[in-house]
Amino acid sequence: MREQGVLTTADLEDLALGCAVYGTGGGGDVSGESLAAFLALKAHGDVSLVRMADLPPDGLILPLSMIGSPTVGQEMLGSGREAAAVREEVERLTGRPVAAVMAMEIGGANGVAPVGWAAQLGLPLVDADGMGRALPELQMVSMHVAGLEPSVVVLVDALGNLATLRPVDAAWAERWGRALCVASGSSALLADHLLTPADHGAVVHGSVSRALEAGRVIRTAEEPMDALVTALGARRLLTGTIEDLDRDTDEGFVRGSVTVSGRGLDLGRELRVDLQNENLVAREGESVLASVPDLISICDTRTGIPIATESLRFGQRVTVIAWPCDPLWRTARGLETAGPAAFGYPHPYVPVETLPERNSR
Amino acid sequence: MSRRTAPWLRIGIDVGGTNTDAVALDSDDRLVARAKRPTSDDVTGGMRAALAVVLAELGARAGDVRSVMVGTTHATNAVVGRRDLAKVGVLRIGASVTAAVPPLADWPEDLHRAAVAGTAQVDGGHLIDGYPVAPLDVEAVKRFLGDLAGRAQAIAVTGVFSPVHPEHELRVADLVRTELGPGVHTSMGHQIGALGLLARENSTVLNAALRPTVAAVTSALGHALDEHGLDVATYFTQNDGTLMDAAHADRFPLLTIGSGPSNSLRGAALLTGLAEAVVADVGGTTTDLGVLVDGFARESAAGSVIGGVRTNLPMPDVLSIAYGGGTVVYEDRTGPESVDRAITAHALVFGGATPTLTDAAVFAGRLTLGDRARLGSGPGGRLKAAVEDFDQHLSEAVSLVSHGRRDQPVVAVGGAAGLIPATVDGHSVERPRHADVANAVGAALALVSGEHETVVPAGSGRLDALEEARETAVARAVAAGADPVGTAVVRIREVPLSYGGRRSIRVAVKAVGPLAAPS
Repeated sequence: MREQGVLTTADLEDLALGCAVYGTGGGGDVSGESLAAFLALKAHGDVSLVRMADLPPDGLILPLSMIGSPTVGQEMLGSGREAAAVREEVERLTGRPVAAVMAMEIGGANGVAPVGWAAQLGLPLVDADGMGRALPELQMVSMHVAGLEPSVVVLVDALGNLATLRPVDAAWAERWGRALCVASGSSALLADHLLTPADHGAVVHGSVSRALEAGRVIRTAEEPMDALVTALGARRLLTGTIEDLDRDTDEGFVRGSVTVSGRGLDLGRELRVDLQNENLVAREGESVLASVPDLISICDTRTGIPIATESLRFGQRVTVIAWPCDPLWRTARGLETAGPAAFGYPHPYVPVETLPERNSR
Repeated sequence: MSRRTAPWLRIGIDVGGTNTDAVALDSDDRLVARAKRPTSDDVTGGMRAALAVVLAELGARAGDVRSVMVGTTHATNAVVGRRDLAKVGVLRIGASVTAAVPPLADWPEDLHRAAVAGTAQVDGGHLIDGYPVAPLDVEAVKRFLGDLAGRAQAIAVTGVFSPVHPEHELRVADLVRTELGPGVHTSMGHQIGALGLLARENSTVLNAALRPTVAAVTSALGHALDEHGLDVATYFTQNDGTLMDAAHADRFPLLTIGSGPSNSLRGAALLTGLAEAVVADVGGTTTDLGVLVDGFARESAAGSVIGGVRTNLPMPDVLSIAYGGGTVVYEDRTGPESVDRAITAHALVFGGATPTLTDAAVFAGRLTLGDRARLGSGPGGRLKAAVEDFDQHLSEAVSLVSHGRRDQPVVAVGGAAGLIPATVDGHSVERPRHADVANAVGAALALVSGEHETVVPAGSGRLDALEEARETAVARAVAAGADPVGTAVVRIREVPLSYGGRRSIRVAVKAVGPLAAPS
């Protein structure tokens, strides 16, 4: 049993699995980040996992994420000095010590890496994040939905280049941040939306604990797929075989889809999942069964292990599941930021749990 | 595939943990000779023995043999057993941008001891767009190589983004030649694998470490063929069930790992004509269950781990249960220990004193071999229970790999295929002729492949670049021996490399084709 409030190397396997679940297909392969976090914990000791409310009222929280291409992140692993450089710059700019690290994005590699960064910096990790899932753009964060501006953005790359941006709004933070990221070889560590516990309404709480729990369920349950569905409060959309993978790379952006043919109780049904790094929309015929910002995961039916977008293969036996996003994404501003329209879809958003069920389970 | 050519034969050899099998197939894929010999401790002896039997059976037709294909477990055994490995100097280029995880950080200690002479990280390498991280630190490379002189038999060099920008790895290979001489081999990451530094680096080091093991097999095979006066093309089967020539196997021994399950799945497909099935390969120690999808092995979704090390090698998705022909039947349990190759000395029906699953199957009437009378005529007790244990675990495993889908038959192959009951978990069971040498058949009929991986620009240049990548993959397959007529691209994987700004796409293309008839 894990000691309450402390993250050790023994937690990393569960965390990595859970972050892959919340990565909904995107967010990159977590194995490299897991190893980096493991080495950091071994070298610097365990990390406390704290609630935002447990920090002093003026405690400065540093939300961190790697931006760029996950594929590049698996190649350019980083110098290991990036987090320290960002902290130093933030403390210089604000004149205050950083009190804790927070994951900006719990889904994928960005959910695992902050454990290592916290260990390197000797700081606690806040049990919260800025998404409750994975999303592709900088303004697609809870702070933006809550109306906070990214007044200061600090970027550092593996070579040590560091930039401080003062963008006029979140859209410009994205535009400028991306431009620098590309110059750095499509990988950089970024801190934005510096917080204090007073901003408790601007984050998704409990994200790290939930990821740990999802991972534990997959690792230990006798029927991992069933147990994961229960743990997430998810809906099983379809169990079947990957029948087709279609990737349209016009404009350089992968907008693809995967078609899953039903087996067993779902025989005769067919589900199509649209992907754009993350799984965005699941459809049966013309009917939407689940849609962003709700979470959609394609899991190996036997093991319950979620399959990353780039690891999907013809013939895999998979179960497609979907579950509700954090309520903040269902507000008007939340949907404007990361709802169907933000990804170019014309369909209205309907919460997954209120859509009619299709299968016989 | 009946083309108008002179009669020609090919021989498939499968080196398993218990037996070494060899088959000869004619140009219409008919099996014309076969042999099964115990795998020898040195592995090579069993291969020569099986080959000798097949050639003797062929008689005068032995002269029509044009190619020999081998599936070997030598490399797997070497890594898992931590033996016969070369000592490797491990060099990473791109220290400043990759130091967060140093080389071999998650390697098991015993493998590290067995295969590594030293490690170093030096400056150099490129960003994804080709901009240099730093010039290659040639002096640091020379110092490292100097330290290793006399201690390392091979060098493994992996540079950041080397699959896209291999220059610095090539420069290191030059330096190894000048500093350490031509006797020290260099494995270069860009030739071993895809993007994903750690998995590529691990694969590159294992590849370098495996050189002597597989080189011993390729040269032993060469000698054995010379002894019989055969001047034939020699191939080895790869993890994905396709062929590479012996020279390629010498340079990329890592690729032979995983070829066993691939061969058995391909062999089962070819012997039954089935494209979709569960294949149960029953050996001496384990029963390995794989799934055929479109006539090929279903690939594992999880990354492949070899001897405790994560690699970038695609592997067939195989579930093994610890029941085989040699599994020992105890008073209170069945296995997992196995008498393995010593079955003919130990099993009761062969006059031995150790009850095995083979005895249990003879008792149950599934097998007819040895002396049934030695098992007595009583109710059977543990022998009966052992068969029930096996059936129950087999049913569970088949249900798992088939996801409860019972419309697929189970194909029983392998030396102990007779252990499989008449139906398994509601699946019908197919028992093709020559099922006991399915792996060797799979090896003989394996396709030739060529792969090419590159990064192409997104947008307007993409289609041209993609076409070029396809042509390169096909050309590589043909160069490896594929018939240009039947060679086609079977897989294209595209992965975007950035979200914003200049976008590019990593493309991996694979082409396969049947082995060309000899000219």
